[in-house]
Amino acid sequence: MMQHAESLPVWVAILVSFFLLLGAGLTLIGTIGLARFPTFYERIHAPTLGTSWGTGGIVLASIIFFTATQSRLVIHEILIGIFVTVTTPVTLMLLARAVLHRDRADDAQRKDLDKTPSSDPS
Amino acid sequence: MSVAILSWSMLIAQLMLATAMIITVIRMFRGPRAQDRVLALDVLYITAMLLPITFGIRSGVIIYFEAALIIGLLGFVATVALAKFLMRGEVIE
Repeated sequence: MMQHAESLPVWVAILVSFFLLLGAGLTLIGTIGLARFPTFYERIHAPTLGTSWGTGGIVLASIIFFTATQSRLVIHEILIGIFVTVTTPVTLMLLARAVLHRDRADDAQRKDLDKTPSSDPS
Repeated sequence: MSVAILSWSMLIAQLMLATAMIITVIRMFRGPRAQDRVLALDVLYITAMLLPITFGIRSGVIIYFEAALIIGLLGFVATVALAKFLMRGEVIE
């Protein structure tokens, strides 16, 4: 297992491990927030930990590792970082706007339901 | 030495990502309304995209990167389509 990393210097291995654990740990913390926050509008904030520094850390670890093992600059992983950074706000704003729309529709429906029984006796 | 450091931290990172995916799936099954399930699906896509990158570092093969890129693209399209569906009730108007 991992024979391709035999010739890697120790400090590079420590750097790669640091960024890997940083990224994976932040992603885990974000999903714990997703599971534990009480309302949807709080819940939508937590997973952005995983999409900002979670992805950033793992992508940086991959860049450092492949640059060190192939002894040339390998930065195509940065595509994933750029892509996730650009698309996450778009999806989350679309989702939040749809949920606002749904909540307003529900509130209007509830007001109608509250009105009908009070108008019946009169 | 560096192989030991890398393989242990890789194992811990992959276990963390797998735990994150399990927590997200629990939220997707429990989620009180449809929007919670859509948000959980989006997070599940992101985590499932990060896992192949760590597999790529473990095996030293570049091709896992392309799988991760495709998963990220499909996740974006799926979440946008589901958000449109929640907003209007249909995907294509």
